[in-house]
Amino acid sequence: MDLHEYQAKGLLQRHGVPVLHGEVASDPQTAEEIAQRLLTPQCPLLVVKAQVRTGGRGKAGGVRLARTPAEAREAAEAILGLDIKGHIVRRVLVTEGADIAQELYASFLLDRAERRWLALCSAEGGMDIETLAKERPEALARVGIDPIEGVTPEVAARITAAAGIAEPLAGSVAEVLLLLWQTLVAEDATLVEINPLAVTPDGTVLALDAKITLDDNSAFRHEPIPDAHENEGTDPLEARAHELGLNYVRLEGEVGVLGNGAGLVMSTLDVVAGAGTRHGGVRPANFLDLGGGSSTEAMATGLELVASDPQVRAVLVNVFGGITSCDTVAGGIIAAVERLGGLDKPVVVRLDGNRAEDGRRMLAEAALPGVNVVDTMDGAADVVARLAHEATSPRTDTPQEA
Amino acid sequence: MSIFLTEDDLVIVQGMTGSEGRRHTRRMLSAGTRVVAGVNPRKAGTTVAFDVEPLGPGAADVTAGTVEVPVYGTVAEARTATGAEVSVIFVPPAHVRGAVTEAVDAGMRLVVVITEGVPVADATWAIAYAAAHGTRVIGPNCPGIISPGRSNVGITPPDITGPGPVGLVSKSGTLTYQLMHELGDIGFTTCIGIGGDPVVGTTHIDALAAFEADEDTRLVVMIGEIGGDAEERAAAYIASSMTKPVVAYVAGFTAPEGRTMGHAGAIVSGSSGTAEAKKTALEAVGVRVGRTPSATAAIARDLLRELDGGSDVEE
Repeated sequence: MDLHEYQAKGLLQRHGVPVLHGEVASDPQTAEEIAQRLLTPQCPLLVVKAQVRTGGRGKAGGVRLARTPAEAREAAEAILGLDIKGHIVRRVLVTEGADIAQELYASFLLDRAERRWLALCSAEGGMDIETLAKERPEALARVGIDPIEGVTPEVAARITAAAGIAEPLAGSVAEVLLLLWQTLVAEDATLVEINPLAVTPDGTVLALDAKITLDDNSAFRHEPIPDAHENEGTDPLEARAHELGLNYVRLEGEVGVLGNGAGLVMSTLDVVAGAGTRHGGVRPANFLDLGGGSSTEAMATGLELVASDPQVRAVLVNVFGGITSCDTVAGGIIAAVERLGGLDKPVVVRLDGNRAEDGRRMLAEAALPGVNVVDTMDGAADVVARLAHEATSPRTDTPQEA
Repeated sequence: MSIFLTEDDLVIVQGMTGSEGRRHTRRMLSAGTRVVAGVNPRKAGTTVAFDVEPLGPGAADVTAGTVEVPVYGTVAEARTATGAEVSVIFVPPAHVRGAVTEAVDAGMRLVVVITEGVPVADATWAIAYAAAHGTRVIGPNCPGIISPGRSNVGITPPDITGPGPVGLVSKSGTLTYQLMHELGDIGFTTCIGIGGDPVVGTTHIDALAAFEADEDTRLVVMIGEIGGDAEERAAAYIASSMTKPVVAYVAGFTAPEGRTMGHAGAIVSGSSGTAEAKKTALEAVGVRVGRTPSATAAIARDLLRELDGGSDVEE
């Protein structure tokens, strides 16, 4: 889960990383009130920053300066509601400005391929780090972190040296690196990125911006982050799926898809999209993985959810029974159809593996209208794509005008 | 033969007394796996009874009836008492790091972690610890490893297919089963589900290297999916080190950017980790990539026929 800047800075502060004081506002009035509190003779300048989980905020007009409370209000008015790369701004961070003598870059992240952690550090911060890595790779130090040893003061010194940061700054940066590592470990983050890591004229090192990604698998051992899911409930079907505990992702096509196992469902989406090229370009409408050992109830709930999507014209249930038993799956389909009093959309079912014959027999005996059983995955994808296409466009028995 | 797992391996189950552990221990025993002990400090000295009935082609020596499996307090005690060198873990996510550490400290050769939802920091730590002590980890979040007809450690259905000349390595459990089913008449030396998490103990490359060295494996089917660059790395390895043919399948061409698709590691980030990039990397080194699981199986059949000099292998 990617955190907003203000949430990330909250975690950093908890672990002693120096950040500038700031508060978050979701309306211009609150932004003005925050500015009244923060503006002092020592702090004559504020920064109002859009809180969205994407980069390039500055270029998109999402970062503005304010010298008075009225300016903070105006900045908030201009920023709130902006669409930055598809993310609507619902909150701004009003934060102290700072004199910056130098901008650095520092991050710790998971290195999947090497199965360890990786430190990235550069004496040149502020810019897009992927661009720096591409154009001047020698300016970006990369230091592998042993998962067992972690970041010790020696490792931190190695990182600053690799980045070409000289004393006395190197010592201050190394101290901050240790705190960033502590944050990563204590919060179960897979990314802690500070860009820029700013140095003030008096030599203080500050996290001016922050990006943190938390490991979802570790959520059970942490306090929940307030407002963490605020942008995820924008799609009503995704919100409902989340409530039901279903592993669901909404897409833009016409064929509802559900199955068991992430890999098989991803594959099913691809096979449906491929079949769609032969049937008017229909595409998958969603990803829904019912998981291993799916119960009758899970199948019924999942099928109801997918069929309730107004953009769905036909549904494909693709199950390979490994641990899941196909008679359970068939029972779920029958239960769902009964509970809904019949389905107004065709359903194509492909069952293989554990007790597949029992499942197919149950469906044949139930003889549910609109439910088609097809033997193979490719065949089922073809049938469901054809049905979705027929339901999407009026029958073209007569040639249409070009 | 098979890789990493043979019919002689004795197996300990960590988490055998839980519901998942019980269910799958019964299936493993039914498939002919030599499960010799369970571990639970609170139930040391007891035994667990399993109603076993022969299941799949490895069950030749299995007779229907009750099998009693002893429970020990620690992995070390179980290993000392039984001589087992393989362990399979069904404990909840919070306990996986500790369970792997215990297995490594007891000197286990192979540790298979079935548990889904393991914190990535715990997996990374445990895998590094195991590597430092010479223990192979498979998983986490995986179906395990099956050498059909010989042994099955994990949750793979043992009755899909039997022994044969194909090796299989996959990030996905159900796609493993699907391909085993598609090539069920041909059979497999070993099928390994390496798991769909960002960090896993055994990689595609580890499996490819072992299949390359295995006399009985004539062809390898490799299944990948979006996220990370394991498939791209495997492609480079295939180019430099594989003489046996590899057929690949990649899932997730239609996955949107930035969304986790079921598996914790299955995510396209920006332009990296896409199915297209993986397919391109594999094809660039001469690996044929199937458009669907069935098409992948068809390519495997063609290549096996070519290995036989074009003669029809299916009598």
